Amino acid sequence: MTLHMDATLVPSRRQALQLAGFAAFAAVLAPRMSLATEAQVAEEMKKLFGGKAMGEGKVKLDVPEIAENGLVVPINIDVDSPMTDADFVKSVHVFADGNPLPQVVTYHFTPESGKASASTRMRLAQTQNVIAVAEMSSGALFSAKSQVKVTIGGCGG
Amino acid sequence: MAIKSAPRVRVPAQAKAGEIIEIKTLISHEMESGQRKDAAGKTVPRDIINTFEASFNGKPFFKAEWFPSISANPFQSFFYKAKESGEFTFSWKDDTGGEQKAIAKLTMA
Repeated sequence: MTLHMDATLVPSRRQALQLAGFAAFAAVLAPRMSLATEAQVAEEMKKLFGGKAMGEGKVKLDVPEIAENGLVVPINIDVDSPMTDADFVKSVHVFADGNPLPQVVTYHFTPESGKASASTRMRLAQTQNVIAVAEMSSGALFSAKSQVKVTIGGCGG
Repeated sequence: MAIKSAPRVRVPAQAKAGEIIEIKTLISHEMESGQRKDAAGKTVPRDIINTFEASFNGKPFFKAEWFPSISANPFQSFFYKAKESGEFTFSWKDDTGGEQKAIAKLTMA
């Protein structure tokens, strides 16, 4: 078991080199890629939320303004909620409107989560908007949107 | 591909009751997006870890559905409100039905 081991959670030099190699390879394939559009994201959201109105605020979407490497773009989501049994964040959906497939991740939280916060790393094909939609236990929706400028695309771009 | 690598998990060993602790996980997986073409121009089939789940004493409290936009070697951090001593179970499932699990103990300070 590797628990409590002081393993660093960063890619090794070898992994980094592999990623760099893949980025170069992917760039060659770029023109063949079909990318999602804002309309596709809107359609996906309609499927999930049935066109319900979305409030502003509550959702804090933390992404870099400029991502040098589109293969590993850090993303942190933080939703303001007391996270009690009566009032908590049920789920958070993340979309990237310029990727071939716009869905990035869906989180499901519970009151046991303590806070509705999570971080991961994503691929971004090109400069585009990242959108997070949080669904509260009351059914209310809140969204946040942020543009990321990508200098080297994550899946060709 | 079955998930070959052992996942890495970082959880504090001890927590006070009511404390919100951060859990960090990392697993090696190429996360083949299904969008890439090989040298012969054939699409490489999708193979990603699509579900990550975390439970405490058998009760699930956090779940992430990952899509092909998630980076290779997926990293995930999230939180848990500690109440009692017990055991975390983490599980990663991929498109080919492969699964990896990890366990971590938590003791109340």
